[in-house]
Amino acid sequence: MADPNALPAACVAAPVVGACVLLALGRLLPRWALDAVATAFAVVGLTVSLLLLHVTSGGRVVEWAGGWQPRPRLAVGIVLVVDQANAAVAALVFALVSAALLFGWRYFESVHAHYQALVLLFAAGMAGFTLTGDLFDMFVFFELMGAAAYALAAFKIEDPESVQGGLNFGVVNSLGAYLTLTGVAVLYAHTGQLGLPQLATALSGHGSDPLVLASFALICTGWLVKAAIVPFHFWLADAHAVAPAPVCVLFSGVMAPLGCYGLARLYWVVFHGVLPDSAVHHAFLVLGVATAVLGSVMCVTQRHIKRLLAYSTITHIGVLLIGVAALNSLGIAGTGVYLAGHAAVKGALFLLTGLLLSRYRSVDEPDLYGRARDHRLAGCAFVLGALALAGLPPFGTALGKSLLDDAGASVSLTVVTLTATAVTGGAALRVALRVYFGVGPAPSSESTSDVASGEDEEPDTSTPGPTPPTMVAAIALLLAGGLAAGFVPGLGPAAAAFTDQHAYVATVLGHAGSAVPTPPETGWTESAVLLGLLTVALAVLVAVAGLYVRRVPAWLRSGLTGLHRVHSGHIGDYAAWLVFGAAAFAGLLLLG
Amino acid sequence: MSLFAYGTGFWLVLVGIFGVVRSRNLIHSVVCVSVAQSGTYVILLAVGYQRGAVAPIFGPGSPPGTPVVDPVVQAMALTDIVVSATVTALLLALVIQVAKRHGTVVPDELHALRG
Repeated sequence: MADPNALPAACVAAPVVGACVLLALGRLLPRWALDAVATAFAVVGLTVSLLLLHVTSGGRVVEWAGGWQPRPRLAVGIVLVVDQANAAVAALVFALVSAALLFGWRYFESVHAHYQALVLLFAAGMAGFTLTGDLFDMFVFFELMGAAAYALAAFKIEDPESVQGGLNFGVVNSLGAYLTLTGVAVLYAHTGQLGLPQLATALSGHGSDPLVLASFALICTGWLVKAAIVPFHFWLADAHAVAPAPVCVLFSGVMAPLGCYGLARLYWVVFHGVLPDSAVHHAFLVLGVATAVLGSVMCVTQRHIKRLLAYSTITHIGVLLIGVAALNSLGIAGTGVYLAGHAAVKGALFLLTGLLLSRYRSVDEPDLYGRARDHRLAGCAFVLGALALAGLPPFGTALGKSLLDDAGASVSLTVVTLTATAVTGGAALRVALRVYFGVGPAPSSESTSDVASGEDEEPDTSTPGPTPPTMVAAIALLLAGGLAAGFVPGLGPAAAAFTDQHAYVATVLGHAGSAVPTPPETGWTESAVLLGLLTVALAVLVAVAGLYVRRVPAWLRSGLTGLHRVHSGHIGDYAAWLVFGAAAFAGLLLLG
Repeated sequence: MSLFAYGTGFWLVLVGIFGVVRSRNLIHSVVCVSVAQSGTYVILLAVGYQRGAVAPIFGPGSPPGTPVVDPVVQAMALTDIVVSATVTALLLALVIQVAKRHGTVVPDELHALRG
């Protein structure tokens, strides 16, 4: 086999090469060849990251770019550091990209090579962000995936909503990225280092002074914006509502959760032991709970199906952050499984919604009432996806949630994650029952000005006749992936290695290693299955209530209207919330 | 001197974000994003500045060992500028499309995405 040290760079380079090939030959090749080339490069990326996953089971793979090996007391190179966790995330990135490209074969009527090239560049940005061990590199890849993502969100350039959504997404994420860069600059001024392991060494003597805390808060702001944590979440619903369905799969499945990965990586390698644990724990926990709660309330009150799924993503990222906030290896293991399970399931739901949009030219729930009765199989898949979203065992979501509940070790926290995921699963189930099976009384389809309806959404394409096999395959593969996520081997050791700061620094800088920490227990337990079934039962209740309860108390309705008005689609408001959120996060850290 | 440079950098970042908050025109918003980013250039260069040091290029006039300013932050600022050019171009293109499709570039008059 090839030198394992070449693999991390190959993982980032493969999609970039693919994008270049596509752009160079775009005008010459027929449509099917473009799709085939793009998917082939995505599969190459997947193969390389799976190879990395295999190699890293024996230890981290460390590659100093350009051969700038560190010398004692001096390290100036840029380093790629791969352990099991980020190899798995890279594999997830390329698996979703492959599925999205496969789905796109017959989904788009007319695309030029730009679309596939952008998707591959997007994949390169995400893979680079996960594999790098350098803070400034993280920022660069953050911007690379950002730039590709803004263009993909506004892909339907003739659609008014699409360009506005892309613009909101671009402005908010760019501002977040600049705050991150400011934080990186402050940290560099303070320590003279940019590599994560070098920073860890440099900071270990400093203790937590206000400058370190400020730089942590600033860097985290960018990652929190990417993760769409309340109150940085506004862009996500807009971007998801307007992006083509296969792109939503990538946004929801990996791009936004990568923000949580960034937070966890930054904390565990650099700031663990520098900042007081309780401060970081409280700050993450408060934001995570707020995100899960607000996301689920917004989710269940949507009628635009893509927005509904987008708010459900916000809820689930809140759950991921609650897992990270536990600040132990069990929490990381739970977050990892949950991330993979959620990505697959949510991806399948977005693709099914894309099918609805292409068939019926609408993603408005009341408008679609009972119209998809002929597609029982798709309906069953949607129901299965909705239940898996709530946490139906043996899907990965159920295992992940029970692990991170165990890590949090708090009953009230379990109640929060259980309720929030049950509500979003219930909302998705309500959509499935209404649209595919015509259950319940016909909903009133009058529009109100405070909620986006999605009636005049421009379809990505039209697909008359039976569903093409590539689309069915992509959806089936994603659902199967969600199921497989519940049975990932080697989870405990991977999580233990992720949280082992000393070993990370020692391997990268070539010091002597330390003892291997004991991995947490990460199997299915009876309580995991029971909690999963309880969530599913609650989700069914929520769905039935959504279908049959017609009258909402006035106080609740006015509260919800106010909440919806806050989500105004106004860039200025979003920027103001961003500043408020950054200040609040710093304040939470200060209060401890 | 260096405090003044840091102060300018942070002020530019904040005033850029404030500009986006108060903006009445999307082109103005995009330029404000660029202003915020310019702040990061100033901060980066201030980090690497040394009084009396020369540019980080060793040659006949400045043999190795001469004090130079930090080249790392200059490389970072350069990368940052490339990123900025890409993002600004993309955002401006989107504003043109917004103007075509919505017939306005005033953020208060865009109502497509609510709730």
